[in-house]
Amino acid sequence: MMSKIVKTIAGISFPFITIYGLYVIAHGHLTPGGGFQGGAIVASGLILLLVAYGTDWIIEKIKESHLSILESLGALGFIGVAFLGLIFGGMFFTNFIAGTSMLFGGIPTSTAANINTGGTLPLMNFAVGLKVIAGLFAIVLVMAYAISKEEGE
Amino acid sequence: MIIELLHIIIPILIVATSLVAVLLRDLMASAISLAAMSLLLSLEFYILQAPDVAIAEAGVGACLTTAILVLAIKATARMEEES
Repeated sequence: MMSKIVKTIAGISFPFITIYGLYVIAHGHLTPGGGFQGGAIVASGLILLLVAYGTDWIIEKIKESHLSILESLGALGFIGVAFLGLIFGGMFFTNFIAGTSMLFGGIPTSTAANINTGGTLPLMNFAVGLKVIAGLFAIVLVMAYAISKEEGE
Repeated sequence: MIIELLHIIIPILIVATSLVAVLLRDLMASAISLAAMSLLLSLEFYILQAPDVAIAEAGVGACLTTAILVLAIKATARMEEES
């Protein structure tokens, strides 16, 4: 639990950090960064809230079992897209979306970056980002919760 | 010219912040000094043209590691004992 100044600054800067992290995840196939880097940035924003507002406030909002479910969903999404490549394209990790009219299926026509390209790569970046957000936040949340329980006794 | 100067200055600052982190008795100040070292290291990665590694270093090294260290210091003693 911190002072009111720290709480206010953390509350103001949290949306900007989260939006920037989601931008890094969504543009992972065009610019530097990707699932891991963007996920680490979003988890940094969540940990800023955890340090500023205290563990009890966060643990009312989200439990570590829910974070565990989200992390498993990220891993399942990644391997699921890979197996969809096995079904539709004939090989594991085949980029079956590229070249079709589906979302992210476009082919770049010039040197200008186009977000609607990349095939299965943006989907895999989203899955890795979800897994990294949940995993890194769960580590620090469990550690802070154990410390606050120990102080309470 | 400026890039060559930065290649000299930033490693010196990295070594200086690491030495400060070792020498200080206040462990919370040591943790902040390690965060500054991580930030300078990510700047060095960036001017070595590895922006991917720089983003990962800034996120994990400067924020997550510092948060874990601060939580650990909160649960134990803040000042290092005299040996």
